[in-house]
Amino acid sequence: MKCQHCEKQAVFHITELEAGAVRELHLCEDHARTYLNQSEAAAESAAEDEAEGQPAGGALAGPLGVGQTAEELALLDQRSCSMCGITFFEFRNQGRLGCPHDYVQFEKELEPLIANIHGATEHTGRRPSRSAADLAEGTEELTAVIGLRQQMKESIACEDYEKAKEHRDAIRVIEDRWLGGGNAAKGNA
Amino acid sequence: MKLEALTQSIGEWLRGTGPESDIVMSSRVRLARNVAHYPFVSRASEQDRADIERILRDRIAGSAVGQDLEYIDVGRLEDIDRQFLVERQLISREHAEAQGARGVAIDRMEQVSLMINEEDHLRIQCMHSGLDLKGVWEQIRAVDDQIEKVVPYAFHSRFGYLTACPTNVGTGIRVSVMLHLPALVITRQIDKVFRSLHKISLAVRGLYGEGSQAMGDFYQISNQTTLGRTEEELVEQVGDVVPVLIDYERRAREFLVRETQQNVHDQVSRAYGILRTAQTISAEETMQLLSRVRMGVLLGLIGDVKLADINSLLVRTQPAHLQKLRGVELDTNDRNIERARYLRQHFEGGEGSRASVN
Repeated sequence: MKCQHCEKQAVFHITELEAGAVRELHLCEDHARTYLNQSEAAAESAAEDEAEGQPAGGALAGPLGVGQTAEELALLDQRSCSMCGITFFEFRNQGRLGCPHDYVQFEKELEPLIANIHGATEHTGRRPSRSAADLAEGTEELTAVIGLRQQMKESIACEDYEKAKEHRDAIRVIEDRWLGGGNAAKGNA
Repeated sequence: MKLEALTQSIGEWLRGTGPESDIVMSSRVRLARNVAHYPFVSRASEQDRADIERILRDRIAGSAVGQDLEYIDVGRLEDIDRQFLVERQLISREHAEAQGARGVAIDRMEQVSLMINEEDHLRIQCMHSGLDLKGVWEQIRAVDDQIEKVVPYAFHSRFGYLTACPTNVGTGIRVSVMLHLPALVITRQIDKVFRSLHKISLAVRGLYGEGSQAMGDFYQISNQTTLGRTEEELVEQVGDVVPVLIDYERRAREFLVRETQQNVHDQVSRAYGILRTAQTISAEETMQLLSRVRMGVLLGLIGDVKLADINSLLVRTQPAHLQKLRGVELDTNDRNIERARYLRQHFEGGEGSRASVN
């Protein structure tokens, strides 16, 4: 999806709640920053004006459209995927996820974002012909290879070749199981 | 496959045949797919990308669709050849400009193209001339089925096919039609049309997809959401709006002929005149003028030009095509001179004209 102010990819999907009305914004990083700064300034002045009473009327819903506080968002930003290592902050910045496991790792956080983009959170279309159990399990087991490959690299860097070999063997077992032998695992161990 | 061989044909999207081909240039569907055991492309190491490319290339070659496909190693191509594939809509601009191991498998008809290591590990594309979304969907579904037998796609029980960008998750499908809408542009109704398309969450793009400007009154209409509806429903969502747009464009064309006959005849004739006589001309201006002449031919205002010729010129006057046809690399200035010469020759009926349009 494109930013509504320029040709860049929209990476911030903001839902504003204004007097009960919902407004959606899809912005690139630059426009989002400008916009959020404006809203923050507006929120501050509004807060000053009506010193007490309700918190500044949702002028700044969280960039994920779920109304996190700044602290919650900062904490969330630091969380990372246990397989590919991407942080939520990196994802928010680039608009691209790191690996298929992110959808499992960040499922809760992605859900409102996906609902906002598609107006739905349940896939109803085609499914690969593998059995349902195979599908979920297969993807999950296979994404573990991404983490194992990283650990193998680290082991090699520390010259712990014994560990590296263990990781390589673990990768082979998974790949043989799901990809039908003779493939891929020719890693660089 | 020798790219030179492709210069002899004009590719599927400009074949100019198929239903409603006076307005609908082509129908296209793409599916985004990823393997589960590698990071998405933007986070993949050089080694990862090389592995992904090798795995997908080998497995696709060994699948039931493999024998009909030719593989092109896009990473090793010259810039001009990558540009050539973009102009033919066989790869995306992003794919051409990316880094690292990547490739594309193409069938002889230039209807199917499988991009490896674009934004997703695999982008399957299928394209037919004219309005034929159902036919395209049937074909791409069969290709996807065959590849799925040998490649374990990353899949999530709730979110469906997993993609690098959450905007594609679920079906991973983008259904699009390329329309030629000159009369709606001239009568200034095009913005209104686009606004109403946005309201029903359809996207409007230029000739070369995301982020590209509309050139020569060619527009791509496509679905924006990919999750929560079946592929068939999404194909229908785009398909349902096309007859409406065709009707608008036809009515606008009729209006132009009825109310402003002289004016529109003048515009079209001037466009034709420039194309036949210019000594130097840019790709953009050529596209714009060819668009007007194309409309003129369809309205019966220009008698001696064939529609297929205009379609062929639309692609052959683009920078990489022109250079491939002439067999030399040219800078922008020389290209503009060469393009003008090519157009003059074509319209004068001299050498290079009526070139095999198949």
